[in-house]
Order: sequence, then C-alpha cells, then structure tokens
Amino acid sequence: MTELIRLTIAEAREKLRAGEFTAVELTNAYLAAIDRANPALNAYVAVTHDKARAMASASDERIAAGNGGALEGIPLGIKDLFATEGVHTQACSHVLDGFKPRYESTVSANLWADGAVMLGKLNMDEFAMGSSNETSYYGPVVNPWRRSRQTVSVMPATHMGDGGFVQAGGATASRTLDNAQLVPGGSSGGSAAAVSAFLCAGATATDTGGSIRQPAAFTGTVGIKPTYGRCSRWGIVAFASSLDQAGPIARDVRDAAILLKSMASVDAKDTTSVDRPVPDYEAALGRSVKGMKVGIPKEYRVDGMPAEIEALWQKGIAWLKDAGAEIVDISLPHTKYALPAYYIVAPAEASSNLARYDGVRYGLRVPGKDIVEMYENTRAAGFGREVKRRIMIGTYVLSAGYYDAYYLRAQKVRTLIKRDFEIAFEAGIDVILTPATPSAAFGLADEDMKADPVKMYLNDVFTVTVNMAGLPGIAVPAGLDSSGLPLGLQLIGRPFDEETLFQTAHVIEQAAGRFQPEPWW
Amino acid sequence: MSVDIDTVKRVARLARIAVGAEDAARMTGELNAILGFVEQLDEVDISGVEPMTSVIPMAMKKRQDAVTDGDKAADIVANAPATDENFFLVPKVVE
Repeated sequence: MTELIRLTIAEAREKLRAGEFTAVELTNAYLAAIDRANPALNAYVAVTHDKARAMASASDERIAAGNGGALEGIPLGIKDLFATEGVHTQACSHVLDGFKPRYESTVSANLWADGAVMLGKLNMDEFAMGSSNETSYYGPVVNPWRRSRQTVSVMPATHMGDGGFVQAGGATASRTLDNAQLVPGGSSGGSAAAVSAFLCAGATATDTGGSIRQPAAFTGTVGIKPTYGRCSRWGIVAFASSLDQAGPIARDVRDAAILLKSMASVDAKDTTSVDRPVPDYEAALGRSVKGMKVGIPKEYRVDGMPAEIEALWQKGIAWLKDAGAEIVDISLPHTKYALPAYYIVAPAEASSNLARYDGVRYGLRVPGKDIVEMYENTRAAGFGREVKRRIMIGTYVLSAGYYDAYYLRAQKVRTLIKRDFEIAFEAGIDVILTPATPSAAFGLADEDMKADPVKMYLNDVFTVTVNMAGLPGIAVPAGLDSSGLPLGLQLIGRPFDEETLFQTAHVIEQAAGRFQPEPWW
Repeated sequence: MSVDIDTVKRVARLARIAVGAEDAARMTGELNAILGFVEQLDEVDISGVEPMTSVIPMAMKKRQDAVTDGDKAADIVANAPATDENFFLVPKVVE
C-alpha cells in the first residue's frame, strides 16, 4: 500500500471522509513502512503499533458516525520531547531511562482530540541540543536524501587513430545515488526524516534555535516555528524556556497549516501561552502576495556562503517579485550577534532546567557513597557530551561574578536584535525572506564539526535570530543543489502573523515545486 | 575571558557532574572555544538598553488560588528509581 503513505494530509483527509479506505488501512500502511525502513533510517525510537491501531479503529468509528475531527485518522509521529502518557518519553537522553509519563503534553493532546493517530516517538538530538541528530542516545538518524551525481553512459565508441580521440556512439545522462550517509539536521532530525521518507503523514517538532527549520530544509520538507506563545509548552521537556516553541514538520505548506491549527491553543497550564484565537491558517493559502513588502536583509549574506545558497535566495526573490510583491532591501544590524548571545542565553536556561535530573524522581540513578556523589555519578553517566558542555557553559555564565558580563549583556543584545525586526516591520515590511541554512545536508560524523563545537552551532546562523526575537519563521523547500540535495528558504513574519508566512510560502512552493527523495532504504 | 582546568572542575561541581581529569582537560578546550566565540558581544554598545525579560509583551496571567489537582502520589512516584510507600528513597543524608 505504498500509494497510501504518499498522500498528503489534505488528500488523506478527503479520501478517509469519502470512505475510499479506512484509518486502520492507512495506519497499517505506515506501520509496515516504518518496520521496513527504520533499521536503515533510525527515525523512530519507539513505534506504538497497538496504540496506533486502536486509535485508528476509534477514528473509523467516528468517521462512520459522521463526527470525525479535523485530523481524524491521520497518522502522525511525535518528537520524543513531548510527554505522551504511558509511552516512551526520554528526550533521547540516557538520563531519562525508562520514563513513561502519567500525563500528556497539551500539543499532543490537542492532536488526539482532533482525531490524529500516534505512530510512535521520533528520534532527536539529546534534549534538543544539536544540529545533526548525532547527539541522540539512540544513535543518529540517517537522511533519506543522498547526494547524486550526473553519470553519462557512453555507448560503443570508435578509436580514431593515435591521438586517442574517442567518439561516443551515443550517451545517456542519469543520476547515480552516492552511498555516503548524510545527517537530517537537528534537533528534530527524526521528525524531518520520517516526514520526508513517508514514515508518517506529519510530525510534531520543537525549535529553540532552528531545530524545526534547519532539518526541514535538509530534507525537502516544510517546517514552521510559530510565534513564542502560540503553542503551549506544557508537557514538552524544557530546554531553554524563553526560546522553546513547538511546531509541525509536514510534506507541504497546506499540511503544515492544517497541523499548526490543531497544535496551537491557549493553555492555562502554560502562563506564556497567548490568549488569542487560532486562525484558520489553511484559508491563507492561495491569497495573492500582490503589493506585499518583502524585506531582504543584507546581513544574511554571510562570508563563505556557497554560491548555490545565494542563487537560491535570488530565485526566491524573483518568484515573489513575479507574483507582484515589492522587494525592499533592509538592514538588521545586530544579526551577527544573535548566535553568540544565544550560546549564553540557551545554555544558562538549560543548566537551570536540567538541574531536575538528579536520579531521585525519575530516570537513571547511578549510586554513590553519599547523595552528592549519587547526583554527580547519575548526571555524568546520564548526559551526553554536548548536553554536559551546555550545562557547564550555562553554569559558568550564571555563576557569581560572571552574571553581568555574560547573561545580562546577552539579554540586552537580545533586546537590540528584537528591535531591529521591530524597526523593519514598523517601516511597512510584511515578511522577510532569507536562506534557511548556510549549506545543504552534510555527512554523518563530519570531522570538522566534531573537532569544533562552534562549527556545528553555525548551522543555526539564519534561524536563531527568530527565536531570540520570539517571531514566527517557516522553512520551505525551494530547490536542489548540484548534488541533488534539497535547499530551503526561510520567511520571517510579524508576531502572530503565521498566516502571511503560509500565504507567502505557498507562492514559493507553487513556483519551486515539491521535492521527494528517491527511496533506497 | 577564558577558563583553566581548576575553574572547569569547580563549575562541574556546581553543576553536579562528575568529571575525570581527562574529561576536564578536554572540556577546558571546548569551553574556551565557546567563550571565545561569544566574546564578540563585547563590541556591542548596550548602554541604556534594557535586558529582555519577556520576548512577547504580556501581562503575567493569574489564576484562582484554588486546589485544582492532587491525590496523585502513586502517579508522582511511579517513575522513581527507588520508593517506599509513596516516598522517594535517597541515600542517607543525616547521620
């Protein structure tokens, strides 16, 4: 039933309602695809076969009774960061070994209330700290995309004398997949890989510095980080509370709009969730961008950016111009300080949030001669290298005597970063267009990035500003590079103006087309 | 600013992470790379700038001071490594 798993959410929704197939059939098709592909891709860390079939069966009953919800019978994958009642929830960390919460996150509860079906929990960087999904305790996720090269097969040739001149009898060009494994990006690498490889119809993800948008760009999928406060953070394992936001990764812009509509809500259990109605995002698709002012920030043209990224950006500008938008050059002068400020603010908040993993209330416990040694041994064995690194940085910048020099300064710089955007929007800019990432997907176990943590951090150079300012940002696939790998563009909007992002991303999608990997797994 | 190995060991103690000599040496290099990277913030003129406290301006929400939850002792200890009659068990802390 491979054709079933290739349907978008919008398509599957219509066909389920029309009774062309059942939710159980659709769910079984996905479960079979997961069981076949997961040994190669490692996108899922837990597959909930029985729960999925039971939920799908309940969906079929509701559809038959004519009271199906907005996502009735749609099979989804859930990032391991979301608490799912009675189901593996470990933020892909060893320190949360065996944790099965007795409660459900608000975002996933919203999806189940609308009739969605849970297929399982998706791999991710440990505690969402990483840009390649290689920090997971459960091992890396493999990108369903592989580099390919143009190969020309030469037909019988004629040798023409001493010069060694060979005349081809005929040549056919095709693309050959390279075997090298690539990362899917991170931290929501499992979400992006599963959506891209048709192992779920859509997935939940979270974004603290680019963790939805960068993996979406690396896998040819659509990912949106909504405005801070749009989705409840309740029941999502905390990393950096002032930056964390949940959002969907989907196969196209419409599916992302459908999913965000269900995920977003005001929630009394999260005081930072915003009390304003959730619009019908899908209705924004198809609206004209004629007369819209699109800002192009000059600071996003960074040193060493590949020519292909610059070309992609220019293509995006041309598409929007052709659709009637007005292109305006703008300046966001504090852009280059967003990443260093982030690497103070995020670790500081993480060091505080992760203090709770002490071997007492849940997860791993490693004994010691006294309680302090038990804490130290548990945390030493339970956290991976990147997590320890960030806890250490955070503890240092918050420690006595350094708070003003680091944390307070970073929070002031953050005010300036946000002000840059405010000035642009006050001047009439409706949406800002940038590249999503400074490169296409890179190889697993990249030596340069292993040797220098800062190199890995630079992956988020275009996305992190958006988290620092609390704004919404969407990554939409816009083309392939010369190796046949997907590249994405990013749109940044005004606070709570996700509708403009969907509207504009849809125009780019219409112009660029959709991109799907060639199955090898 | 940069850190030496003794600072790294002190921070590890504050963070309650056991760190061996070899790990401490490696971490010193890594932490200094990150601290070197964030040093560029020193060029920014922050005079008169308020530190960000809330990324989206909003009034702190309040709720009725009422009991809305409870009677869940068994749920709360369900995931603990060691419990006894709904208490968390830890190594002896008082002689």
